Amino acid sequence: MLALEDLEVYYGEIHALKRVSLEVRDREIVALLGNNGAGKTTTLKTVSGLLAPRRGRVSFEGRPLTGVAPHEIVARGIAHVPEGRRIFNRLTVRENLLMGAYLRADGGIAADLERVFALFPRLHERLTQVAGTLSGGEQQMLAIGRALMARPKVLLLDEPSMGLAPVLVEQIFETIAEVNRQGTTILLVEQNAAMALSIANRGYVLETGSVVLSGTAAALGENSEVRRAYLGE
Amino acid sequence: MDLQLLVTIFPQVLLDGILLGFMYALIALGYTMVYGVLEFINFAHSEIFIVGAFVGVEILLGLKSAGLLEAIPWLPVLLLVLVAGMAASGLLAVSIERIAYRPLRHAPRLIPLISAIGVSFFLQDAIRLFESIWRNAFNLVYPTLDVLNRRYDLTSTIDIPLKSVVVIAAALLMLWALWALVNRTKIGTAIRAVAEDQAAASLMGINVNRIISLTFLIGGAMGGAAGVLFGVQYSLVNPYTGFIPGLKAFTAAVLGGIGNIPGAMVGGLVLGLLEAFAASYLSLLTGGAFGAEYKDIFAFSVLILILIFRPKGLLGEVVRERA
Repeated sequence: MLALEDLEVYYGEIHALKRVSLEVRDREIVALLGNNGAGKTTTLKTVSGLLAPRRGRVSFEGRPLTGVAPHEIVARGIAHVPEGRRIFNRLTVRENLLMGAYLRADGGIAADLERVFALFPRLHERLTQVAGTLSGGEQQMLAIGRALMARPKVLLLDEPSMGLAPVLVEQIFETIAEVNRQGTTILLVEQNAAMALSIANRGYVLETGSVVLSGTAAALGENSEVRRAYLGE
Repeated sequence: MDLQLLVTIFPQVLLDGILLGFMYALIALGYTMVYGVLEFINFAHSEIFIVGAFVGVEILLGLKSAGLLEAIPWLPVLLLVLVAGMAASGLLAVSIERIAYRPLRHAPRLIPLISAIGVSFFLQDAIRLFESIWRNAFNLVYPTLDVLNRRYDLTSTIDIPLKSVVVIAAALLMLWALWALVNRTKIGTAIRAVAEDQAAASLMGINVNRIISLTFLIGGAMGGAAGVLFGVQYSLVNPYTGFIPGLKAFTAAVLGGIGNIPGAMVGGLVLGLLEAFAASYLSLLTGGAFGAEYKDIFAFSVLILILIFRPKGLLGEVVRERA
């Protein structure tokens, strides 16, 4: 469904991604693991068009995405929950959610708002509040809910657990699994490898810009390298 | 000190201040909207404003020489002139952004600013060149519509000309329309989203460049409307007339809190009132030591004081960010 082939991405002189290839199949949850600076966020930004690869290809449903503007990539069915959430602090919760549905003109927006409220009841309580006043957990819920309002086929999630209390992390991951069960394919970047592997089908491990390991979530969970480097053993 | 005189002229001065204030407010919107989205001062906005005034005067002079000015009722004439001025200034602002600012979007901040100053000078002399060839004169006078100079008595001592009523009504209507557009529509929400975070807005499917063009269109159109109203109210326009009101409107935008739309209105009114009261009262209050010509010094001193205590402007927002 989503395929990255031999991606080479640079930030100025810094070589951030080196021949990265990976694949996400329909209805999968794929986890992208690795340390800070391994290239996980860069990978997601390249998929959503915020960064342009110097070489290599990204394709979605058989059509190339490379060189397509971010707002057109959203229209193709890929929504990106960026690192640090990037919600619109000065807009209300409701306005944030409606911006997620910016490209849609169908009559299903109200129903999708209800769907987001079913996943995150807290957002319903805070509907008219300015988003900058939400707690960190609520902001993460809003960022995910906002992306879901686009009705994406693929959801790119960048560190949904960052800065959240353990209880909240568990809750967010349960919701991610639920969103996937409802039919959305997910590419998940996460530092919390144990949590990510617990819901993922497959995973890739990035180290200094290259894919060094890949496999099913179960196999990665048992790999001694992964256990030592990312699961704290 | 003539207390009686102070009291007598008060309503008239208040009216002058409000008129001037709305004028500044309408122009200030162009600065503040563009700043809100790009954090960039469009120094060519004073010329975008005066182009509106010139389009207005050209249409009125054209109608007059065709003998139509007296034949058509004043309201359609005024609407036509306003719409034409708004369209011309709006499209001009959009073109300037495409040609002179967009290619420099990722350049260091000073570079587009210099480009804007260049556009400003270019436009002043382009208008001068055009009018010199076309009319053999570049100091133009708005043809008077007699109805607009009709005065209405508010009390036995205060009267108000119809044109001032029209200027205030038009300014209020436009400020309200803009407020509603920005706060009550989807496209307005998109403008605010782009103002806050362009990358995140593009991830929502918002075409950021189109929103930036729209911002220049709206800001430019408000400037054009202000240009026409300026001409109707003060009559005389030349290619360099825009500079000082533009500078003051920019000041008003900073005073209100740049990037903030209601702030532009508040800042405009405060500056307009300060200026009007200084012009009329300074010499009376100081026994002639400071004449009306000191009005700008007074107004700007107050401005400096306000900004010392409220550096973000009167309505400048303190954005709360959470990790």
